[in-house]
Amino acid sequence: MKKLILALAIVFSAGMLTAQTIPNVQLKDASGKTVNTADLVGKGKPVIISFWATWCSPCKRELNNYTEYYEDWQDEFGVELIAVSVDDQRTANRVAPYINSVEWPYTILLDPNRDFGRAMQVNNVPHTFLVDAEGNVVWQNNNYSDGDEEEMYEQLSKL
Amino acid sequence: MKTLRFLITTLMLAPLAVLGQFGGQNSDPGSVTGNVSLIWQSYAEDSLIGAQVPPEQSALNAWANLIYTKGNFSAGVRYEAYQNALLGYPGRFKGQGIAYRFARYRTDQYDVTIGNFYDQLGSGLIFRSYEERYLGVDNAMDGLRVVFRPINGIQLKGIYGRQRLDFDSRLINGEGVVRAADAEVNFNQFKEDWASKKLQVTLGGSFVSRFQTGSQIEKDTLVLEVPENVAAYAGRANIYYGNWNLYAEYVRKINDPNADNDYIYREGEGIFANLSYSKPGFGFNLNGKMVDNMSFRSDRDLLLFDAPINFIPAITKVHTYNLAATLYPYATVIDGETGFNVEVFKKFKRKDLPEGATGFGASMKRFYNAIVGKYGTNVTVNFAAANNIDTTGFSGVEGAVQGYRRNSLGFGDEKFVRDLNVEISRKFSKNFKAKYTFYYLEFNTNTTPVTVDFKGIVYANMHVLELNNRLAKHHSLRTELQTLFTEQDKGDWGTVLFEYSYSPHWFVSVMDQYNFGNEDPDARVHYLFGTIGYINGPHRLAVGYGKRREGIFCVGGVCRAVPASNGFEITFTSSF
Repeated sequence: MKKLILALAIVFSAGMLTAQTIPNVQLKDASGKTVNTADLVGKGKPVIISFWATWCSPCKRELNNYTEYYEDWQDEFGVELIAVSVDDQRTANRVAPYINSVEWPYTILLDPNRDFGRAMQVNNVPHTFLVDAEGNVVWQNNNYSDGDEEEMYEQLSKL
Repeated sequence: MKTLRFLITTLMLAPLAVLGQFGGQNSDPGSVTGNVSLIWQSYAEDSLIGAQVPPEQSALNAWANLIYTKGNFSAGVRYEAYQNALLGYPGRFKGQGIAYRFARYRTDQYDVTIGNFYDQLGSGLIFRSYEERYLGVDNAMDGLRVVFRPINGIQLKGIYGRQRLDFDSRLINGEGVVRAADAEVNFNQFKEDWASKKLQVTLGGSFVSRFQTGSQIEKDTLVLEVPENVAAYAGRANIYYGNWNLYAEYVRKINDPNADNDYIYREGEGIFANLSYSKPGFGFNLNGKMVDNMSFRSDRDLLLFDAPINFIPAITKVHTYNLAATLYPYATVIDGETGFNVEVFKKFKRKDLPEGATGFGASMKRFYNAIVGKYGTNVTVNFAAANNIDTTGFSGVEGAVQGYRRNSLGFGDEKFVRDLNVEISRKFSKNFKAKYTFYYLEFNTNTTPVTVDFKGIVYANMHVLELNNRLAKHHSLRTELQTLFTEQDKGDWGTVLFEYSYSPHWFVSVMDQYNFGNEDPDARVHYLFGTIGYINGPHRLAVGYGKRREGIFCVGGVCRAVPASNGFEITFTSSF
């Protein structure tokens, strides 16, 4: 047990030297195309990665509310939002009809067995990450309350 | 234990080795990410709601994941602790220790994992290993997985190992060995200019086999050999054409006498098909499935949550509001069921109208615009139905061995569920939104035993009104008013919930669930529960106190029964 704690402590301290980056996982987008998650970030522009599900009310509230600000955020910061659905096979088929009916302008990825979520240390949804132009996670929020978009705007402004 | 020592050594040495090179330029020490979750609950007795107190008076579930990544290499562990497990959590979670460990090397072409992993083939009808920690569901694989992509568009996968069954201060795997092979071809990846074609086609095929030593079973006067190797195979197609998408999967399993099917030798079969169409403002989804004797586990003698190799999703929508989600949640009847689900999504938008327009058409448009509002109105209609499969039972020896014959793909005569729900949401102003949902439910509590108070079909109507008010900058209030009316089971229910948020860090919520329509006046109880929460980025702490009804607790469509409780609950989650 002592060994384990020591190992964890060393790993932890070594790891803290670098920021969290985006792991590479192969996912499909809502139109069936294969996407490498690492290719989405580090392209000189900030990226918001938001984990959600069709059965998660606060997630949908968050992404629906963001649609009001998204155009402005894109103009001002060049940010792109990637909404990663963690719906499993029971509800994954609802993702495309739902996002189209509410007209989300985001890139949608499907993570049915949470490979990407697990690699990103997502415990539960909603969990939203802000990734800077170099691909480092600079802010995250494991919640959504009405008004969190103001916090998001402040964080985007800091980049 | 050997693997564990190896892993700890690896984990220790990897960053140390890198630290040693720190003098050099461009040295990448790799990164460590992780998360921690804990749930602590105290128990007080309450005879009115049937809340029990375990001898230890409080319970704690906790776990932490740690992943070290350097370039293409990653390795990780999960430590779990149950001191003791929360009431209602499955009995297979005891003690503390390392429950999950892996090492993985992946490039775009190769992906090799040794140790534990989760994976899914196709829709999961033939193979899915996954976790839902908050429910105590975990059938992680323990073994080897190799993924190979020889050229763009082709993916081959091989899986070999055992599944997590139990945890008792150490990981205990199930008896059977699970072996799987899968091939998937995505034609549009073959050529660069095919990637943006209107027609996208992906085909796949899987083979899964379980080995478990077996002996003979006795049935009536018969002595039968059990098959030690049980094979299943599946084929799938996923086709996109413009706004259309068709997904279909067929699975077949050879004879597999097991505890779920009462040890009959009949082959299993399953069909799952989904057709959807969507365009801006509109979506349509039709889903059908038939599963016959498709329970597939890595141990033929186990039941319920234990060691399932495959996953058969329930046909109904996953409901999110408290009463709809926890009183009568539907789960697949594993022996066999036929069902379908149809759903339509529509956004009604304001129509343009020239100023000062007159006439009947113009006044109709004005009327329509007044109803849908400035921001438009979203409507979703969903209907699901499932019955048993259409079969004729055999008798005598044939009955003992083969069980029954299936006559068609259609419905049998026993109703499992009917679920109609209509959701209307409208934004009234920048600061006020409302959503109304109506549900009509027919629910068979014999085949989905979610209650002990009533056996038969529950007929229920539900109404839910959710209001979102933005009070001021950072301040918002969310209100839910819910009712459920039924003549059966525990009678009528009402739920009121207020959630006040001070963005981005704080929330307070109070919920009262009231069984006002219970025939027994003593059982007309209020279940009052309050929560206060603090969120700071990836860290989240919530403290709750109050009474919880016994019922079904679901996360993302998977449910477990939880007993009534009365006391404090503290939950903490964090990731870095």
